[in-house]
Amino acid sequence: MGFSMLRPIFTQMFKKPWTNKFPVKYTPPNTTKLLEEVAAGKVQINPPIETPKGFRGKIKYDKEKCIGCKLCIRVCPCGAIEFKGKEKKIKIYLARCCFCSQCNDVCPVNCLSMSDEFLLADVDKYSKDLIVE
Amino acid sequence: MAKSTTKTTYQIPIGPIHPALKEPVMFEFEIDGEKIIDVDVSLGHVHRAIEWTGMRRNPIQVIYLAERICGICSFVHPMAFCRAVESACDIDVPERAHYLRVVHAELERICSHLLWAGVAAHEIGFDTVLFLTWEMREKALDLTEYLTGNRVTKGILTIGGIRRDVTSDQLPKINETLQYFKDNFEKLRHVFLDDKTFKMRSVDVGILTKEDALKLCTVGPTARASGIKKDTRVDQPYAAYGDLDMTYMTPDILTGEVNGDVYDRIITRLLEVKQSIELIEQALDEAPSGELVSEPKIPKLLSYIKKTKGEGVGRDEAPRGEVFHYVKFDGEHENPYTWKVRASTYNNILAWIPMLKGEQIADIPIVAASTDPCMSCTNRVTIVDKKNKNNYILDKEQLHRICIEKTRRLMR
Repeated sequence: MGFSMLRPIFTQMFKKPWTNKFPVKYTPPNTTKLLEEVAAGKVQINPPIETPKGFRGKIKYDKEKCIGCKLCIRVCPCGAIEFKGKEKKIKIYLARCCFCSQCNDVCPVNCLSMSDEFLLADVDKYSKDLIVE
Repeated sequence: MAKSTTKTTYQIPIGPIHPALKEPVMFEFEIDGEKIIDVDVSLGHVHRAIEWTGMRRNPIQVIYLAERICGICSFVHPMAFCRAVESACDIDVPERAHYLRVVHAELERICSHLLWAGVAAHEIGFDTVLFLTWEMREKALDLTEYLTGNRVTKGILTIGGIRRDVTSDQLPKINETLQYFKDNFEKLRHVFLDDKTFKMRSVDVGILTKEDALKLCTVGPTARASGIKKDTRVDQPYAAYGDLDMTYMTPDILTGEVNGDVYDRIITRLLEVKQSIELIEQALDEAPSGELVSEPKIPKLLSYIKKTKGEGVGRDEAPRGEVFHYVKFDGEHENPYTWKVRASTYNNILAWIPMLKGEQIADIPIVAASTDPCMSCTNRVTIVDKKNKNNYILDKEQLHRICIEKTRRLMR
């Protein structure tokens, strides 16, 4: 009986906050300016929490190895992969990708792999960062 | 004296559409003052055509579609689908995959029940407990990410096995997280079961009798909290559950009696969290080494499924109750000829009617939340006053505020 949450609340007050202030401690008034300052080396960025091994981030594509077998297109649940008929290579639209890594599993020559890159937010779904080819 | 007035009842429609709802539902309440006299439920307002879409894709693609039926049961739905396909096409699953499926399914149950506990606390206006439970849930999500690479939609199942192994160098982190849960479980139990605020709002509220629970075919913790010994994992063991030591988690294990109220549903879920921790440990201890997938070559698997004619059923115990998947292949196409999904909330929704009758408007959020549905159905409530011909709308915030005010009132 009684109010059992009082103790946890007061102990919490003396604990270090869990949040990792990534990329900077406070929201900058101007993001573009902050990026310029980071590029110039004036501001340090708080590192993000390390991604675990086997994390599913942006897909890496080894174009040289690809034999154009289209198996990845057959299993892709989102239809994110396009076949370029002339070159017999593929083009992956990350804006549609659901990061299931099924294409990595099915690839007979292992030309696809998952990196640990996770900063994929963009205003344009056809931007250069979101298309892997 | 004033002229005689006839007492009329109010009607409150709740619902029907909210994008966050898994199963869109509309409620119509008959209200007399604060008391709920009658409830009516109507279902089927938003149809996402997931089954239709699935019938036009090959089974490997459907796994990821099944994962998106529910954001919280994102392992159990594809598992039920995979088991349906496996039973339709006679695919054997390797022993180790069976054990790893148990590990992931139970980890998901811990996540889901902790999430539910936080939401229940939030509904009665006890947000400090929400943060306490979600701090624990964060650990469970971190472990999920560590094991599968994703935090929510795990993407780890495949037909005939599982895609990723639990290696021996991952065991220390798993044991560390499980130890954290065990250390903090007592804290959680103390807050939920001994706290005055929780007892005020949950004891003898939203009672579902054993007869009603049986009659309405409730499943999962909702049924078990009313004293029905019903659990797919024990009744019809699948994966490796048959080899593991487990039993039905009914509230009388802890308190010695079954009331079927909201408090009992809290007890059931907390007991299940404890049970899940034990099951993960058992499964990891007993898992034999060996293959993970029966057919690693996906094109070969797909052409085999294409040639197979047959139908299969997958019944799994999701955190909310039993899910049911039915799949049929016609032997000519690789996409399923029929795919039918029955999620567990569907069974539990009718149980709201006996639970809510006789309760107050302020109890709607906590009683509705106690069956662990998506709470979004209370996002828009219209109160229609038939006598005075004026309508007013209670949105989610207002309804939530009424619920919090009741807690404050009771505390005085």
